[in-house]
Amino acid sequence: MRHNLRISALLVAMTVLASCSREDRILRQPPPSNDTVNTVQISGLNPGANLIPTPPSSNMYEESAYAVSEGQKLYEAYNCVGCHAHGGGGIGPPLMDRNWIYGSEPGNVFATIMQGRPNGMPSFRNRIPQYQAWEIAAYVRSMAGLLPKGVSPNRIDQMNIKPAESSTPEQVPTGITGVPEQPK
Amino acid sequence: MNVARNLASYLLAQAMPLDPGRHHMLQSAAPQADHIEWLYWVIFWMLFVVFVLMIAAFTGAGTKARVVASHPLPILEKDEEAEHRAGWGVGAALGITVITLFVILVLSVITGRRVEGLTSKNPVTIQITGHQWWWEITYPNSQADQTVTTANEIHVPVGTPVVVLTNSKDVIHSFWAPNITGKRDLLPGYSSAFWFEIERAGIYHGQCAEFCGLQHAHMGFSIIAESVHEFQAWQQQQLKTAAEPSTSEAIRGREVFLTHACLMCHTIRGTDAGSRVGPDLTHVASRNMIAAETLPNTAGALAGWVVDPQRIKPGTQMSPNPLAPDDLQAVVAYLQSLH
Ligand code: HEC
Ligand code: HEC
Ligand SMILES: [Cu+2]
Repeated sequence: MRHNLRISALLVAMTVLASCSREDRILRQPPPSNDTVNTVQISGLNPGANLIPTPPSSNMYEESAYAVSEGQKLYEAYNCVGCHAHGGGGIGPPLMDRNWIYGSEPGNVFATIMQGRPNGMPSFRNRIPQYQAWEIAAYVRSMAGLLPKGVSPNRIDQMNIKPAESSTPEQVPTGITGVPEQPK
Repeated sequence: MNVARNLASYLLAQAMPLDPGRHHMLQSAAPQADHIEWLYWVIFWMLFVVFVLMIAAFTGAGTKARVVASHPLPILEKDEEAEHRAGWGVGAALGITVITLFVILVLSVITGRRVEGLTSKNPVTIQITGHQWWWEITYPNSQADQTVTTANEIHVPVGTPVVVLTNSKDVIHSFWAPNITGKRDLLPGYSSAFWFEIERAGIYHGQCAEFCGLQHAHMGFSIIAESVHEFQAWQQQQLKTAAEPSTSEAIRGREVFLTHACLMCHTIRGTDAGSRVGPDLTHVASRNMIAAETLPNTAGALAGWVVDPQRIKPGTQMSPNPLAPDDLQAVVAYLQSLH
């Protein structure tokens, strides 16, 4: 009995503490930094035989459910929806699948948003603050199930078009693909 | 009657921090609010009588029945006569209650009908769309360039019926200006209509009356009732495209506005900014308040709002804009030139 009580107290404490930083509202943004863009590899082609692995990059906003839902809001506000729909693609490629033309690492997605891409992806550099591009990048990755369930949005604000990001199974990225596979 | 009215006014005003003349159910400025006020007083006096009778009955019962605290308690004898009387008493009270409730129901229906009926032609039509957490106001016109779009401040001519078409962009909101008329829900994806007519010129305050999320409390609006002439002059001014900035600072401010995130969310007619996520800013300087009646429209408030709206209205749909200090000054100068 005593034992059970202690275990449940521990469980409660764990949930409470775990949810703390997940829900933190980051109201003061850190000063922008520019280093990531130049360390991200964009193309899958390498001279010579040996593959250079994409350096793993991190995005502090992927640890905060608040930041990811801000990203979701901005994805809508800045009209990414107009070209990529809610992940299914349209003028732009789908973002909820396993194919990534320019890489799936947080730094790749950030670079895509800030630099733009030749076949019609506009550049948002100097249009939106960097921290917002990071928030959007975090949200974009959640659409392909690449974020922990705990931080991915668990409800969608539109009519019921697809399951929420937190119930999307992980789409294991196939690496930098160049052109997405054509359906046979 | 007057004492009760003043007391009720006082108590209601205590619950509201605003100037009671601007936000008050019992200081009507429109026939609809008159009807509602009438119903309020009828119900008030009916319930007052019920209240007095109840207290009298309780006091009577309390003074009559003396129970002596003793052990063991005395066994009361069954009194057929008294039981019979009590049965009738309860039955009568029940009957009167049902009748009273029925009368209130009928009166409410009658008031509802009076508030609904539109008696005049040639109304002014306004479309009000609820957003989390601000009000989009348009004066629709079959010609797109004759449509006025503004936010949170509703100008209407005095003595002219105003038809309001409602809708919502996200969740349910409720439009409530107590001096004017009753509450009206704004339902997402469902357009409905109501009307009002204001008799006294003035500025009346309104508030969202349906909990709609974090900043529900900061979702106010105002109705500015003015003479037909003033209204038309205002409308003509609002139809113009944005004023060209004249000072060098304001010109730089426009540059900043159009090269930062602002243009991704706001419209300023006559420039490249044409998005509808946030309020139309073409004539933002003509408004008294910003951010749905949260801040006065001054340089300081604008600057504070633009850099960090999340501090002022945590959760608002406008994101923080880390601008350099001189860029911020310039943008504020530009916003203040948009008359
Ligand atoms: C005008 C239409 C348009 C808009 C608006 C747009 N995109 Fe794109 N996007 C594209 C196109 C087209 C591509 C493919 C570019 C290419 O293949 O070179 C693309 C590519 C991408 C990619 C790379 C996908 C991959 O497989 O590597 C990402 C990520 C992306 N967009 C995210 C966004 C985000 C986030 C926004 C909003 C901030 C946005 N896009 C807005 C058209 C658009
Ligand atoms: C992500 C979208 C977004 C961006 C980016 C944005 N705004 Fe806003 N803005 C809004 C929304 C939404 C509101 C209404 C907020 C409310 O009242 O809750 C608003 C309100 C305002 C208001 C008050 C208007 C009124 O009448 O109440 C001003 C002024 C304003 N924004 C200026 C700016 C400026 C200047 C910038 C660029 C530095 C900017 N905004 C960037 C969405 C945005
Ligand atoms: Cu509300």
